[in-house]
Amino acid sequence: MNHAAQESIRVPIRKDTDLTVVRQQVRALAQRTGFGLVQQTKLVTAASELARNTLLHGGGGAAEIRVVHGQAGAGLSVSFVDSGPGIPDVDLALSDGYSTAGGLGMGLSGSKRLVQEFEIESGPDGGTRVTVTSWADPYSVGHGVR
Amino acid sequence: MTDGATGRARAGAKTVADLLRRRGEQIAQRWADLPFFQAVFTVTRDEAVEACHAVVDSLSAVAESGRVDDLEAPGFQPIREQLIAMTASRARSGLSTAQVDREVGALREAALELLAADAPEEAGEARVQLVTLFATLRVMVVDTMLQENQEIVLRQRQQLLEMATPVIKLWDRLVAVPLIGMLDSARSQVVMENLLEAIVEHKATIVILDITGVSTVDSLVAHHLMKTVASARLMGAECVISGIRPAIAQTIVQLGLDLGPVTTRASLADALEWALERREGRDLPTRGNP
Repeated sequence: MNHAAQESIRVPIRKDTDLTVVRQQVRALAQRTGFGLVQQTKLVTAASELARNTLLHGGGGAAEIRVVHGQAGAGLSVSFVDSGPGIPDVDLALSDGYSTAGGLGMGLSGSKRLVQEFEIESGPDGGTRVTVTSWADPYSVGHGVR
Repeated sequence: MTDGATGRARAGAKTVADLLRRRGEQIAQRWADLPFFQAVFTVTRDEAVEACHAVVDSLSAVAESGRVDDLEAPGFQPIREQLIAMTASRARSGLSTAQVDREVGALREAALELLAADAPEEAGEARVQLVTLFATLRVMVVDTMLQENQEIVLRQRQQLLEMATPVIKLWDRLVAVPLIGMLDSARSQVVMENLLEAIVEHKATIVILDITGVSTVDSLVAHHLMKTVASARLMGAECVISGIRPAIAQTIVQLGLDLGPVTTRASLADALEWALERREGRDLPTRGNP
């Protein structure tokens, strides 16, 4: 699967229907990278939540999906980038049940639990980049699935 | 534009109109061998030539009227239907809009060559007019294709919305809704409306929402499901959600979603069993106390 290293896709997130494209692309790449059904479902669900955040809170942006190789073997890293207002209080945004969009408030905090690595970069000048990474076989090097 | 320039443009357009009329037969013969015509009119070559003639005549009429850059020029009217049919045929053979556009662009060469041969001394302005005329034709073709695509998309979206949300009566007072694909806000609204109407129509007391066909259950989907369950409950119907696969169950838990008060079952069969038992239970008191 060495050729998979160069695989990278950018999906614009401008409207509701783009979320479907993000889910489909993440699912397709995860399948090709050797993700099992459970890992795949979790990553796609996290991607769905974060892509919707990009659309609703960031005013649109893009998802960058790429295959990565680490100690745990092959994985998939997905970044959600927008140039919206940014997140003023990341800790607050990450708490369960906190919502500014009238949803369940589980999107951001829940996504974090669905993946192995989770990173938010959001500056006071606006713009947010959320990157999540999931490994095809999380049991291989003690990336415990919580 | 100054009067002089306007006059030159009009003269150029006139030269183009005359050229297309005089050389119509030659142009048509050459076009008939180009993919845009040849691939559409496959039965006889005469058919293709005839179609080419229609386009040449139409372009000549547009040039005659001096409105070479006007999509709404009356001269284009006679070939509009024909172009719609031709582009649709090319699209069906798998060509993209850009590829069809390139095929239409290729039509220009024949006319340009004949113009250079026939009227070298006035070619300058006439050339500009001819190039503009073909550019307008290309825009018209692309516009036609986009409009067609737009209509197809709208039609399919409508079909999808209706097709994907049936409410099935399974038993007396028991209905099921098999959900398929993604439950976005628009879809869930349709599901909710269909379901509430079906509850009234079938006097349903139990509803099975089956999500076997739902690929992703994220917080928004869960939110929609819970709203559907809540409104069905307000109408006196109890809901059970079935089709929760192992991967979905784990995802829901880690996402932190609480489907708390909602009854759930792994398969539609389990849900049906639960529903029938529930019905029995509900019917018993009435049977016991007539």
